[in-house]
Amino acid sequence: MGITRTPTSLTQSSATRGGIGESTLRPDGTLKVTGEFAYSSDLWHEDMLWGYTLRSTVAHAAIVSIDTGEALATPGVYAVLTYDDLPTEVKHYGLEIRDTPVLAHGKVRHHGEPVALVAADHPETARRAAAKIRVEYEPLPVITDEASATAPDAVLVHEGRDDHHIGHVPHPNIVHRQPVVRGDAAAAAARADVVVSGEYVFGMQDQAFLGPESGLAVPAEDGGVDLYVATQWLHSDLGQIAPVLGLPERKVRMTLSGVGGAFGGREDLSMQIHGCLLALRTGKPVKIVYNRFESFFGHVHRHPARLWYEHGATRDGRLTHVRCRIVLDGGAYASSSPAVVGNAASLSIGPYVVDDVDVEALALYTNNPPCGAMRGFGAVQACFAYEAQMDRVAAELGMDPVEFRQINAMEQGAVMPTGQTVDSPAPVAELLRRVKSRPLPPERQWETTEGADVRALPGGLSNTTHGEGVVRGVGYAVGIKNVGFSEGFDDYSTARVRMQAINGEAVATVHTAMAEVGQGGVTVHAQIARSELGVTQVTIQPADTQVGSAGSTSASRQTYMTGGAVKNTCEAVRAKVLDLGRRKFGTYHPAWATAELLLEDGKVVTDGGEVLAGIAEVLDDEVVDLELEFRHRPTQAFDLRTGQGNGHVQYSFAAHRAVVEVDTELGLVKVVELACAQDVGKALNPLSVVGQIQGGTTQGLGVAVMEEIVVDPVTALVRNPSFTDYLIPTILDTPTIPVDVLELADAQAPYGLRGVGEAPTLSSTPAVLAAIRQATGLALNRTPVRPEHLTGP
Amino acid sequence: MEFLRPASWQEALAAKAEHPTALPIAGGTDVMVEINFDHRRPDHLLDLNRIGELEEWETGTDTVRLGASVPYARIMSGLRAELPGLALASHTVASPQIRNRGGVGGNLGTASPAGDAHPALLAGGGAVEAESVRGSRLIPIDDFYTGVKRNALAPDELIRAVHLKKATGPQQFSKVGTRNAMVIAVCAFGIALHPDTRTVRTGIGSAAPTPIRAGTAEEFLTAALDEGGLWDSRKPVPPAVAGQFAALVAGAANPIDDVRGTAAYRRHALGVMARRTLGWTWEQYRAEG
Ligand SMILES: Cc1cc2nc3c(=O)[nH]c(=O)nc-3n(C[C@H](O)[C@H](O)[C@H](O)COP(=O)(O)OP(=O)(O)OC[C@H]3O[C@@H](n4cnc5c(N)ncnc54)[C@H](O)[C@@H]3O)c2cc1C
Repeated sequence: MGITRTPTSLTQSSATRGGIGESTLRPDGTLKVTGEFAYSSDLWHEDMLWGYTLRSTVAHAAIVSIDTGEALATPGVYAVLTYDDLPTEVKHYGLEIRDTPVLAHGKVRHHGEPVALVAADHPETARRAAAKIRVEYEPLPVITDEASATAPDAVLVHEGRDDHHIGHVPHPNIVHRQPVVRGDAAAAAARADVVVSGEYVFGMQDQAFLGPESGLAVPAEDGGVDLYVATQWLHSDLGQIAPVLGLPERKVRMTLSGVGGAFGGREDLSMQIHGCLLALRTGKPVKIVYNRFESFFGHVHRHPARLWYEHGATRDGRLTHVRCRIVLDGGAYASSSPAVVGNAASLSIGPYVVDDVDVEALALYTNNPPCGAMRGFGAVQACFAYEAQMDRVAAELGMDPVEFRQINAMEQGAVMPTGQTVDSPAPVAELLRRVKSRPLPPERQWETTEGADVRALPGGLSNTTHGEGVVRGVGYAVGIKNVGFSEGFDDYSTARVRMQAINGEAVATVHTAMAEVGQGGVTVHAQIARSELGVTQVTIQPADTQVGSAGSTSASRQTYMTGGAVKNTCEAVRAKVLDLGRRKFGTYHPAWATAELLLEDGKVVTDGGEVLAGIAEVLDDEVVDLELEFRHRPTQAFDLRTGQGNGHVQYSFAAHRAVVEVDTELGLVKVVELACAQDVGKALNPLSVVGQIQGGTTQGLGVAVMEEIVVDPVTALVRNPSFTDYLIPTILDTPTIPVDVLELADAQAPYGLRGVGEAPTLSSTPAVLAAIRQATGLALNRTPVRPEHLTGP
Repeated sequence: MEFLRPASWQEALAAKAEHPTALPIAGGTDVMVEINFDHRRPDHLLDLNRIGELEEWETGTDTVRLGASVPYARIMSGLRAELPGLALASHTVASPQIRNRGGVGGNLGTASPAGDAHPALLAGGGAVEAESVRGSRLIPIDDFYTGVKRNALAPDELIRAVHLKKATGPQQFSKVGTRNAMVIAVCAFGIALHPDTRTVRTGIGSAAPTPIRAGTAEEFLTAALDEGGLWDSRKPVPPAVAGQFAALVAGAANPIDDVRGTAAYRRHALGVMARRTLGWTWEQYRAEG
């Protein structure tokens, strides 16, 4: 049908065979490394048009008028759409609160907000036509921080809010506020021998995925639309897209296209509704691809934050209490701010035992860029601050910072500030012990027989030092992250598994809607099917909405949830196969009725190892085909005043030790080693696990020393929307990352596994900061650290 | 947009004379970025990639005539002895992929204050060979940069080559970026010792509207080395002299605050780089004695 898809049909069988616990290789690995993997930006359709989005050039303004006449008259242009062209009464979308207009209505609330859409026969034509749309803006006061947002006469970013948070927030420019109160912090403070307080600032990080937002919408004969897109959660998209189009969900058929990274940045919609609107309006397939500049406006970022902490401790190194206040900047639209607030509040004191806690976390509405999900989700900002505090308290007490942490470290059975008991392994002290006991990389590691190897020094190839001014520092940090969706959310995943005999061999097909964004679900699902069903050949079908929801590829949840769903459905399929076997062959051998039966190596075997039949024989021409949902244990909402509640499903822990060399005269940093220890419950694919830990660690390093979206504090305009000025680590910035993987099973979880993806992103940043503080003696309350912070003004 | 593909240098000059607004494209590592982001819409692109001589260099007794399109990767591997400062600067440009495409002609064409070749060219000394159908001329490198992203080329001129003085002494290049590779300079510094003339030359990048030399600093150091008899004695440069040199380099800059760094930091960093690179070059000079 003249369409080039970018799938996923290429991800059908693993490159190497193997069951769970083996490091089977990714089916798409070679294609990605050789540049042959097709991403969503490679989608193509005969006769397709190109969509382009006109975005606001100001952060907060009333739209006085929009004149699309000249754009529409441009040869090659098929459609120009504004808010007035939206086809139904539903004109907003959003993950938790539907506050985001599909196209700006009456006003724009942030720099880069979509205002109009153009479809044309060539991408340049579309772009130039968009430039001819005349939008007249009348400036409004720009809300940029807590003071301007909550001033008594502050302009409201959203008027007439009716969402379910408005009743409990102190100001309409606050999206959501979550206190957590346990014990009596004021009374406990009186017992403290030392009290340390500090203010911390966390800059705005971007997911910086390499594959920009892109997709292809193809109008269908039934009046519906087929949408191929790179996203993180097909069904959540669907629920937001269909009402705006005025279509029933079954008429919006979504297929996952090749995803070039996500890290949370694809949870919110980007081009999905826009592409479908243009396709339905023009009757032609429409492709939209953002370029790098636009991509910085096309997705939410990590919430920048201001955090105030007070920690108290007794002389013997026990924490008495923690008080803190965390203010997250949610930007112009809610996105997942409420859930980020819940995480920041509930995980705000870290993996420590503290009985007396007084916490407040909130997210603001401002005219800054919208912020939402990013790897670590609210726990990252808190970890940066509480770990800085832990070092400072240890210093006050004259204690070793690792020992101080170990004294206060939680373990299984500990109670969180929310009142929830941590009921599975929490080896916090052990993780710290492991990173600390590693030998340190040699001093002056840059020295070679031929002089200094600049690549091993701060500044790298830029040749700024041959050792002059360089001081080493070592720092430690540990963090706690929740796994899965929390606070009472009905979090489930669906897997369909089919088993049949083809040419005398039993084979399995796994179909889920899980978004493979690089995490390796496609590898692990085949491993699970092999282990559970005793087959070699497993086909993973492309993810689409023809099967039930898999939930989001986020919150470190997919191996637990969709992996769990695949396991769960496989078990049911296995039971059916065994039933079939009993019916067909039960009379020939008593073991069919009496023994524990397994599927192994294509055969039905007893737990004693006796072969009863070939699986293919049992199946013959029958097809066993089941689609089942899988849920983790339910959670509870946090009480709105006290924050009490069993809000989380599972916790994960990682610790880091950072070794840095700092050029103290130029303020440049080389991270030499970033050792990590993490408990993963069970490593379903050890190679993938190490990859996740190294990737998360590197993303944490990025926001420690370079990654920041710079927003003008007066105009709220983004100043560095490019990879020229938004810097992410190169391989020369990436240190050796030795990884120590613990496998302490969580009895609640499939195979005992613990979500892996996010925890390493938490502790990496504060460990690097701690190391830089040690090298420089500076307080450094802000991340990322810039050279001028280290050299003075 | 029309795409002109001259097969020879003469054809290229003719095309440029006929279409003075045509935009030359060599490695394309600046041009394609600008076109992709629609920052530039030239009516003609003038492709120089079929002209082989632009990718060659000739080494004379005192100078190297470096073809405009010789990529950085080949400068690094082939001209380390003759042009050590430029070879070092080349290694700091971008990534291997860009260094295989981009070259000094393009860096001069763009004439960005942040271009990494410039401090090395200014310190090493040389001239740009500009040519048009009207003839050829040598523009001294000191006169080449005329404003932010502006240079002394006439509309009908192309850069044929750069004439660079072969090193007669140690040279160094240093650049500050907030990443350890693949980064645009926050500021950069080049230094070349010229024992043949007993002078020192410098170049500053990303700290003024154009690449500049630190003239006062050069004069100060040249005089101090002379007065101390240091060229002959090869004794260490007194710390006070190095310190004063560093202060004068910092003072020569005219930086701004921007998203990459503050003006104050740039000044400070230039001073540090000046002191360090002077130390490295002078140590090398002493060791060679
Ligand atoms: C990812 C990336 C990283 C980069 N990093 C750096 C860096 O670290 N440091 C740095 O200095 N630069 C960097 N650059 C910029 C660029 O690579 C350099 O400026 C390079 O020297 C340009 O050379 P080119 O041959 O590609 O020029 P082109 O892009 O082909 O041309 C650049 C300009 O010069 C003109 N021009 C080219 N040849 C001639 C000629 N013979 N006569 C007259 N005019 C001519 C063109 O018309 C154009 O105006 C980077 C670019 C990219 C894309």
